Amino acid sequence: MELRKDYFADVRKDGLHEIGQARPRLDSPGHVTGKTAYFADRNFPNMLHLKMVRSPHHHARIRSIDTSEAEKHPGVVKVLTAKDVPHNVYTILILIQVGPEDETVLADGKVRWKGEAVVAVLAETERAAQEAATKVKVDYEVLPAVFDMEEALKPGAPIVNEYHGQNYYLYDSGECRKVRFGDVEAGFAQADHILEQSYQSSPIEHAPTETTGCVVAPEGNDRFTCYTNTQAMFFTLDNTSIILQMPGSKLHFVGGTVGGGFGGKVDVIVEPIAILGAKLTGRPVSFVYSREEEMQISSPRAAEKVVIKDGVMKDGRIVARKVTGYTDAGAYSRHSPYGAQKGAAHYPGPYTIANVWIDTYCVYTNRTPSSAMRGFGVTIGDFALEVQMDKLARLIGMDPLEFRFVNAYRDGDMKAHRQPTEGAALIECMQEASRIANWPVAEKYMAMSSYEKGA
Amino acid sequence: MAKVPVQFTLNGSEKAEFVESGTTLLHALRDKIGDTSPKGGCHQGTCGACSVIVDGELRLSCLTLAETCNGTDIRTTAGLAEGGVLHPLQRAFLDAFATQCGFCTPGMIMAAKVLLDRTPDPSREDVVEALSGNICRCTGYEPIIQAVLTAARANSQNAA
Amino acid sequence: MAIRRGRGVAAINYPTGMNLGGDPTQALVHSTPTGNFMVTLSSVDLGQGMKQIMAQICAETIGVPTDRVVIDTADTDTGPHCMGTFASRGTHRAGNAVIQAAKEARQVMLEVAAEELEVNASDLETDGQGNIQVKGAPQKSISIFDVALSAHFKRGRSISGRGMFLIPRSYPEKETGAMKPSTCYAHACTVAEVEVDDETGEVTVLTVKNVFEIGRALNPKMVEQQLVGGSWMGISHALYETTEPYYPSRDHGGTDFNQYLMPGPGDLAQTEIIVLERPSADGPFGAKGPGEMCANPQIPAVANAVFDAVGVRIDTLPITPERILRALKAQAAG
Repeated sequence: MELRKDYFADVRKDGLHEIGQARPRLDSPGHVTGKTAYFADRNFPNMLHLKMVRSPHHHARIRSIDTSEAEKHPGVVKVLTAKDVPHNVYTILILIQVGPEDETVLADGKVRWKGEAVVAVLAETERAAQEAATKVKVDYEVLPAVFDMEEALKPGAPIVNEYHGQNYYLYDSGECRKVRFGDVEAGFAQADHILEQSYQSSPIEHAPTETTGCVVAPEGNDRFTCYTNTQAMFFTLDNTSIILQMPGSKLHFVGGTVGGGFGGKVDVIVEPIAILGAKLTGRPVSFVYSREEEMQISSPRAAEKVVIKDGVMKDGRIVARKVTGYTDAGAYSRHSPYGAQKGAAHYPGPYTIANVWIDTYCVYTNRTPSSAMRGFGVTIGDFALEVQMDKLARLIGMDPLEFRFVNAYRDGDMKAHRQPTEGAALIECMQEASRIANWPVAEKYMAMSSYEKGA
Repeated sequence: MAKVPVQFTLNGSEKAEFVESGTTLLHALRDKIGDTSPKGGCHQGTCGACSVIVDGELRLSCLTLAETCNGTDIRTTAGLAEGGVLHPLQRAFLDAFATQCGFCTPGMIMAAKVLLDRTPDPSREDVVEALSGNICRCTGYEPIIQAVLTAARANSQNAA
Repeated sequence: MAIRRGRGVAAINYPTGMNLGGDPTQALVHSTPTGNFMVTLSSVDLGQGMKQIMAQICAETIGVPTDRVVIDTADTDTGPHCMGTFASRGTHRAGNAVIQAAKEARQVMLEVAAEELEVNASDLETDGQGNIQVKGAPQKSISIFDVALSAHFKRGRSISGRGMFLIPRSYPEKETGAMKPSTCYAHACTVAEVEVDDETGEVTVLTVKNVFEIGRALNPKMVEQQLVGGSWMGISHALYETTEPYYPSRDHGGTDFNQYLMPGPGDLAQTEIIVLERPSADGPFGAKGPGEMCANPQIPAVANAVFDAVGVRIDTLPITPERILRALKAQAAG
C-alpha cells in the first residue's frame, strides 16, 4: 500500500504522534496464541442447547403444532412455541420509530419463508435437541408463494406480510422513497441520447468464519448475562427488553469480540429466544447457528433490481438521470426500509446532474428476510451506476474514465437530495488511477480539482 | 449414552477424559479439556478453523472422533508458544498484520506449521496449497501468505 | 476459442455513518492512580481493529504512548451507549466521542500537573513519552505516573472525561427527498484487468488497482488490512457469491462452503492499493469510514472489464461462467 501524501497536503496537517503510526494491534497476540475469547469460548455447567424447528414451506398457514413427542424425548428440558414469547410480534427498527411490528420470534399461525423459526427445543445435549426437533409435528396448509419482486408488486399477488397489507413498505412518501431534483422530462427532451438499462443482483451471504450465536447465563438475581457476537450491544438489548417484556436493567450483554460481522450480526435473532429459554429453565442456554443456518437462514444482502434511465449529451454531460430501485426485503422488514432509503440518498452517484428522479422501493417476497451487509443500500447501486457509466461512455464514443471526469462532483455542487457537496475527492482518485493503471486521459482532466465549483 | 475413555498428550501434557462415544475431538478439546483455540466454523470439515495437529499430521478436529485419538500427540495453537516465547509463525503473523477478526488464525497457524515442519523452504505455491483448506473472510489471504513465507525465511536464517 | 483480456474502471463514493444520522456513541476515559488510561465503550470489534484505533486516538489526544491505554468495551453494565458497529460509523462516531472524553481527562491532568509544577496549565505540554513538561523549559517536568498519584491521593481530583458524539437525525422531505444522509464521504476509483476464457466462461482477475480516499489513515497497516480484504470481497461478490444462484427461484441454494464459492489463496488478483487523505471536517483527525467502501468498486470494474474482454454485458450478479457463455452464444446467434 502506498500513501500518496502529496494529494490534499494543503488541507492536512501530518506529524501527529500516535495517529498515522502503524502500531501493532493489541488484539493480535491473543489471536495468534488462541487466547482471544469469542462468545462461544466459555462453558457453563448444566448448559442447555437450543435447536430450532423451522418451516419447510415458503408460505403456509399453521393448522396445529404437536410438541408432545419432542417433550418426551430423553434429555429435553423445555419446548417453546409462540405462546411462550411475551411480545412475539416485533420489528428491530422500532427503536428508531420505523414500524410496523411485522415479524415473530416464533411463528404464530403462519410462516412466510422457508426456514422461519417455529418451535425452539432446549435439551441437555445438541444431539438430544436435534433428535427431539425432528419429533415436533407441525401441520401446515401450504399457501401460494411469491418470489419475484415484479410479481409481488402486481395486483392480486399473494400478500406476504399482513402487517403491511401490501407487498411493499409504506413510507411517509408513499410506496417508495422519492427524490425529485430539477425536471427529468425536460432533461430527457434536450438530451442527444437516451439509455435505459436494468440491473439485477441475487442475495449474498456474509459468511463470517464465526457463525451467529449467543450463550446465556442466569445470574440468580433475575438478571441474565448474554455473551453474544452481536454487532450492536444496546440495539440488541433494547429489542430483547421489548420482546421479553423485561426491564433493560435485568439484561446484561457482554461481547465486543466478533469473528467477522460484515453486517450479518445486526439482526436481533438468537438472543431473545435464548434468554427466554434461560429464564424459563433457570439454566444456561447456548444457541449457535450451524453453518447451514448461517448460509440460508441468517439474513443475506438483499437482491436488488435497479433501472437507470439517462439522458446524455454528445459532449459527455449527463443531463438527466432517473433511477428506480427495488430492494428484496424477503418476508420481513428488519433493516430493509432503511436500506432502500439509503439507496435513495446515494443515487445518482458522485456526479453532478441537474435533473434527477429517484424512486426506491422496499418489496416483500416469501424468502429469507434480507438485512444489512457491507455496503448496505449502496453496493448493488454502485454496480448498476458504474456499469451504466461505462455503457454511456461507449454510446457517445468517449473514453470511460474521461466520461467520469466530465460528470464528477466537486465542492459546492448541489446534490439531488439538496445538500452541497463537501470534501469531494473523486477527481483525485481518478487522476491517480489514470497514473497507476496506465490509462491516460486528456491533460485538462489531470488538471481538474475537487476544490473548484463545477461549471 | 455410553461414555468412553480418551487419553492423549495435548501440547506436551497428559490428558484423560470420559466422553460420550461419538464426541468429536473438537468438542473434547473445547468443552471437556478447555482448550478453545480450535474453532467450530462449520462442523463439517469445509472451513479449516478447527485444524489441529495429531502425530504430526494436520487434522480437522470437527471430523475426528476423540476416541480414535488414544495415545496420540496432539498440538494446538494454544500450546505453540514455549515458555511464553512466540513461535516464529506467531511472530510473523503479528508483524505481517495477518490477523483481523482472528477466528481463522489458530487453524491457519496449524496448517502453516505442518507445512514448515515438512518443507522448511516453501515456494509461494507450496504455501497457497497448504492454506487452501482454511477459509478467511477478512484478510484476502495475502498477508497470511506473506507471514508464512517470512516465518520460513526466519527459520532458515536461524538454521544457517 | 481464446483467452481474451479486458480492463474496466469504476469510481464511487460512500457515506460514513448511519444514513440520516441519529446514531450516537458515548465514551468514558479515566486514569488509573498510576497514569494508565482506561477507555470505556460499548462498541464492537468485528476484526476491523476498533479497539486498537480507539487506543491510538485516546493516546494521541491525551499525549501518551498507545501502550498506556487500555480499552474496555462491550459490557452493557459498564459501557455507555453505542449504537453499534455498522454503516462504517465506528471510527467516526466512537473516535469523536473518545477525543472529547480524552480532552476532558487531559485538561484535569494538566491542571494537577500545573499545581505540582507551580505553573499555569496553559504553560504545559505532553512529550508523548509519558511526561508533562513546561513549554520551552522541558527540564521542568513531571511524569504522568506521578501526576496521577497526586491527583488521586493528594489533590482529590479525578482525571477522567466524558464524550458524546451525535449527528442529529435528518428526516427526508416527503415530496422532494431533501435530506442530510451523511456529513462525510469516502471515495474510490478501481481499475480491474481480467482474462476471460470464451470457451469455459471463466474469468480470472489478473490485476486490480484501487485508489481509495479515506480522510486519514489512522494506522496505515490496519487501513491496508481493511482495503486488501475489501478488494478481495468485492471480486468475490462480482464473480462467485450468491445464496440463490437462480434467483428469484430458491432452488440450488448453497448450504456450505463447498457450494458457496469464494476465491481461495490460489485465486488472488495482483492487488495494488493507493491511499489519498482529504481530512473530513468532522472525523476524528479527519478520518472517514473505509470498511464498506473498499469492497464496492471492484464489482462494476470487473463487470466492465469482462465486457471489454469479450463484448458481452452481464448485468446480473454474480457474473458466472454460465451467464457469460449464454451471452456469448446469444451474441453469436444474433
